[in-house]
Amino acid sequence: MKGSSGKRGDVVRADCFVEVTSQSGSPNKIVLKSKVKALFGKSIEELVQKMLAFYELNGVEVLVEDSGALSFALAARLEHAFQKYSGSSKQFIFNLLPENQYTIPGNRYRRSRLYIPGNNPKMMINAGIYGSDAIILDLEDSVSPEKKEEARILVRNALCLIDFKGAERMVRINQLPAGLTDLEYIVPCNVHTVLIPKCELPEQVIQVAEKIQQISVSRNPVFLMPIIESALGVENAYQIATASPNIVSLAIGLEDYTADLGVQRTTPATESFYARSRIVNAAHAAGIQPIDSVFSDFENDEKVLNAAHESKAMGFAGMGCIHPVQVEWVNRGFSPSEKEIKKAQKIVLAFEKAKKEGRAVVAIGSKMVDLPVVKRALKTVNDALAFGLIEKRWRVSYEN
Amino acid sequence: MKTKLIQNAAGRWVPEVVNGRETTPFKGVEKYKPTAKKYGPAISSCADFPADGNKLVSSLKAALVKAGLTDGMTISTHHHFRNGDLIANQVFDIAKTLGVKDLVWFPSASFPCHEHLIPYLEDGTIHHIEGSMNGPLGKFASEGKMKGMAVLRSHGGRYQAIQDGEVKIDIAVIAAPTADFFGNATGDRGEAACGLLGFALADSQYAEKVIVATDNLVPFPCVPWQIQGNYVDYVVQVEKIGIPEKIVSGTTRITKSPDRLYIARLTAEFCEATGLIYDGFSFQVGAGGTSLSIGLYFQDILRKTGRKARFIRAGSNKYAVKMLEEGLTDYILDGQTFDLEGVRSMRENANHVNTSPFTSYNYHGKGNFAQLVDVVILGATEVDLNFNANVVTHSDGYMLHGIGGWQNCLFSKCVILPVPLFRDRIPVVVDEVTTLCGPGELIDVIVTERGIAINPKRTDLIDKAKRTNLPVKTIQELKEEAERICGKPERPTLSDKIIGVVKWVDGTVIDSIKQVEINDKT
Repeated sequence: MKGSSGKRGDVVRADCFVEVTSQSGSPNKIVLKSKVKALFGKSIEELVQKMLAFYELNGVEVLVEDSGALSFALAARLEHAFQKYSGSSKQFIFNLLPENQYTIPGNRYRRSRLYIPGNNPKMMINAGIYGSDAIILDLEDSVSPEKKEEARILVRNALCLIDFKGAERMVRINQLPAGLTDLEYIVPCNVHTVLIPKCELPEQVIQVAEKIQQISVSRNPVFLMPIIESALGVENAYQIATASPNIVSLAIGLEDYTADLGVQRTTPATESFYARSRIVNAAHAAGIQPIDSVFSDFENDEKVLNAAHESKAMGFAGMGCIHPVQVEWVNRGFSPSEKEIKKAQKIVLAFEKAKKEGRAVVAIGSKMVDLPVVKRALKTVNDALAFGLIEKRWRVSYEN
Repeated sequence: MKTKLIQNAAGRWVPEVVNGRETTPFKGVEKYKPTAKKYGPAISSCADFPADGNKLVSSLKAALVKAGLTDGMTISTHHHFRNGDLIANQVFDIAKTLGVKDLVWFPSASFPCHEHLIPYLEDGTIHHIEGSMNGPLGKFASEGKMKGMAVLRSHGGRYQAIQDGEVKIDIAVIAAPTADFFGNATGDRGEAACGLLGFALADSQYAEKVIVATDNLVPFPCVPWQIQGNYVDYVVQVEKIGIPEKIVSGTTRITKSPDRLYIARLTAEFCEATGLIYDGFSFQVGAGGTSLSIGLYFQDILRKTGRKARFIRAGSNKYAVKMLEEGLTDYILDGQTFDLEGVRSMRENANHVNTSPFTSYNYHGKGNFAQLVDVVILGATEVDLNFNANVVTHSDGYMLHGIGGWQNCLFSKCVILPVPLFRDRIPVVVDEVTTLCGPGELIDVIVTERGIAINPKRTDLIDKAKRTNLPVKTIQELKEEAERICGKPERPTLSDKIIGVVKWVDGTVIDSIKQVEINDKT
């Protein structure tokens, strides 16, 4: 009998490989090969012992080839190997760190969401430092089929033990029905938002929402973000967007969408113009945020910034990032510019003055300002406040 | 025999005697000022040298024999060819065939290619190494297998030790990319061009015998000369002195790691926000990926603000050269070239100046250039709560890196160490460094991906940083965050046996390195 999990080899870092083999009749044996053995050998062995006891394993040899994995990754690999070896489905769950117990409002800004492959512990550790509004631990396309189970455990442990520094904690589950099993692992661990990939029908959203309701013990809702990635999904956009009250945004995935159409994805993106417009409109009609696809070039900051500007101009509220270096540019692209903020502040001040003076007409100098313009200015100022671009007391320091 | 230890001014226990020589324990920064006269080699007379100036001998072996190679001598070589060096290994191959024993190798640095010498350390051809110990040699010594003690010195400390007479070089072998029969030599041209030969300068002046080996012999005069033939005893023509593609260091690429890029950007933002980057400033960055990225961010800032640097102290590479050619700096004062662009620029551009550890780093000079640099960016394996830093050992006790110019650069006006908070699982910010290489009083700022710690004595920088959005934390907070993420590391088991010492720039002993216990083969 054998059970193994994780990654081994010279290029592996911050991960480990675990293999359990039967040694019937002998006491448990731990073979630890670790480059951090001099500094963490004892604590690693303690963890292995604790988990052996938890899974009630006896007469086994546990080989751990460790490349400097943190506890969340070590435990995930051990759990998976032990489950495979013993057939147990028990979960070895850590308490949520105090700093991971925060909640977020459903209408929170979502300019940037950073994709982190669900089976890559190294990339998870620092995911929170780049300042993305959301972090997506991805169980779907970035995890190969044979690694789905171990990734699920790893993502659950990451949600418990890694501090994502205030980012919205998202998980992209697998397509249904596998995605429903993913939920059992992640929903109890304060996941804020579940991304439903390749969504084509409102029923898929309902299925996910119902499953979450069955599992969840929290009073806080788990938000949903369906991703439209096909022609049929685009046609059903509004129905999907309104399928559950917990839906907070609607995203589009252009790699799969263009594949569905049988066309190339291009930089001008004319091939997806209709689909993107449709998503924007459906989302706004449903009162939720439309979110754009990822941008695949991360070597060129300017291109990322331009893409974000264009996307914002179309009406999107944010886009995906496949590399941490994109975060800053996407955030910037979806934030109001300094000039926009200044102008908006001027309008807001004029509006407030008019209100105070009991005038219905807002004017700057001799120029009248229409109400929709005022509304947009208020949004710009609120965004600028939310993104930390202006101070709360901006009225005091505002200079004309 | 157990080594007698005394506690130095940094609180570290160090041996009184190293390789049979009495030493001075570290007294504190700028506290130790020896008063004796500098060392000098024996007087030479022109009458003893060929009247026609032709000092060519038939082979390296013949030159070593003529130079009187015998047991117990100190032999120096230089690391201008880095991991592409072919000469140092040959010198000891020859010593082995001649049956010479107990040599001391005094390189300016060692590289993985010198793993070749391990059998000679085992069979007694080489007694010990005094110089930076990289990779395999460091591991060998760390495990207690070297007969004598390793003595680690900075580039400046090496010059100081030669001038003090602490290290008397019997034979210096200088591998030169181009030379003439008189011994004039340069590194800026030839098949194995490496830029400059500054690390061999002291050796040429102070060694009893000097051998120049070249694979590019040119008719007299070799112009410009970086090594003066007037110091040289013998010239040897060899087939190949170095492997050009390995001379260019592999670390001279911009990092792609998002964490490191983030640290680099944060470092540059810190420098700009605290006014360190002013018109006419100077800086030095190392050759690592993070340092190079910081150099690029500096470029961006200079370009955007229309400022320029007065000089870059380098380690030059294509990025520094670009700055020089674009007018973003007036000069490069170069200690070693890291790529072929650096070599080309040094050859062609009069404002790309070759320097030596004497001009840049030497404690026994009347000042040195490193002190004049505004901002220096350095690395470290560990930094502790007192801002002390380690560059030579890892947290498990293994001695794996040399000091290079690191200690000397600590005298710059602002010393910044951009380091990850932890590497894999190993915290970089720790309670106490495993080995003390740089006293915390000289280290100003630690930049990690999770915050910036400023030395409390730099109240000026703290005040300026307070007025920004920069994530300033205390070093204690950083250490705690590292331990929260990684867990608290156990103390590695080290034996009582001392296998090496770290010298401070003034020649005193700042710390000792203990043997690593090998309790299993995994």
